[in-house]
Amino acid sequence: MMKNKNSVFLNGLIYENPTFVQLLGMCPTLAVTTTLKNGFGMGLSATAVLIMSNILISLLRKIIPDKVRIAAYIVIIATFVTIVQMVLEAYVPSLYGSLGIFIPLIVVNCIILARAEAFASKNSVLRSAVDGVGMGLGFTAALSIISAVREIIGQGTILGHTVYSGAFKPITIISMPPGGFITLGILIAAINFIAKKRGGKKV
Amino acid sequence: MSQPSIISLLIAALFTENFVLVKFLGCCPFLGVSKKIDTAFGMGMAVVFIMSLASAITWCADYFLLSRFNLEYLQTIVFILVIAGLVQFVEMFIKKSMPALYNALGIYLPLITTNCAVLAVTILNIQNSFDFIHSILYGAFAALGFSVAIILFAGIRETVNEEDVPESFRGFPIALVTAGLMAMAFLGFSGFSI
Repeated sequence: MMKNKNSVFLNGLIYENPTFVQLLGMCPTLAVTTTLKNGFGMGLSATAVLIMSNILISLLRKIIPDKVRIAAYIVIIATFVTIVQMVLEAYVPSLYGSLGIFIPLIVVNCIILARAEAFASKNSVLRSAVDGVGMGLGFTAALSIISAVREIIGQGTILGHTVYSGAFKPITIISMPPGGFITLGILIAAINFIAKKRGGKKV
Repeated sequence: MSQPSIISLLIAALFTENFVLVKFLGCCPFLGVSKKIDTAFGMGMAVVFIMSLASAITWCADYFLLSRFNLEYLQTIVFILVIAGLVQFVEMFIKKSMPALYNALGIYLPLITTNCAVLAVTILNIQNSFDFIHSILYGAFAALGFSVAIILFAGIRETVNEEDVPESFRGFPIALVTAGLMAMAFLGFSGFSI
């Protein structure tokens, strides 16, 4: 068990990065990472839900009976997802439109339930909040990397600004569904390669 | 409102809008339980069963409760609770009454609660304003599309695992690239409609 909060934070961000190391939450990772804006927006939305649900579940961890805990967690998560959904619809309608059905689907994002079950239900409120921030930012960072790669290669833009001169033709397939799988596969392979070079453990 | 024909719904759910390979729904079980054809088949059948039932029940919940009392904003919470409850209930029911089926599907059932394809299909049913029959059919067809994808994928993975893959790509990364190539094949169906 980690002692200080710093390591809890880094744990989520890097060593147990939910996307690249734990391989959780694959659906949003693959589906919304067509542009950096979408990937980053999805990452932040999930982070918000993760932090709030981690805090509340940690607060209630001694009250929730063991037998119905999963159902209780799901209700708590679904409530926060609904709040985030309404906030996005009201203030960032363009993002709300492009993320579409994947906003309500944050409920079934395995990362959030996994952290509730594995961390927030066993740790103090502050540690759970830090864990939520770390894991959430780890997820956001991963989504941002994937979506930046896909946007640059697939559309030749970054955040809507053109990157290349006219001579380059974007490789459209990368921003289409197959590209999502292939980009993530190659990124994980690259991380494996670097980890092996540095003598670390294989993902 | 007009409802799509059953054939076009089937073609769309199986090929042109395949849940896993085109819409990226249900990727976790798709990547997680596709190491062997047997387990992929079990998972596929469990999903067909749950998705048809969930479509029927959430359609009723929406029609008789949510849209009647203007409670649409509770959709996410109500639907996920219905699905979680349904999965638990079905698990208990088939454990008691059909032990053989339970042995085949049992371990996959709890996993289905967090299969986003199930929640997605129930929300899509409402978004597309399908009627009761079309909702159930869409649920079943979408799950069939999921099963087709996961069984094919498991077949390919069994072969890939025997190949000499570069070390960094071994395991998960090569599976993702394989899925990407499969998705490319399914992309060939796009624009195809009846």
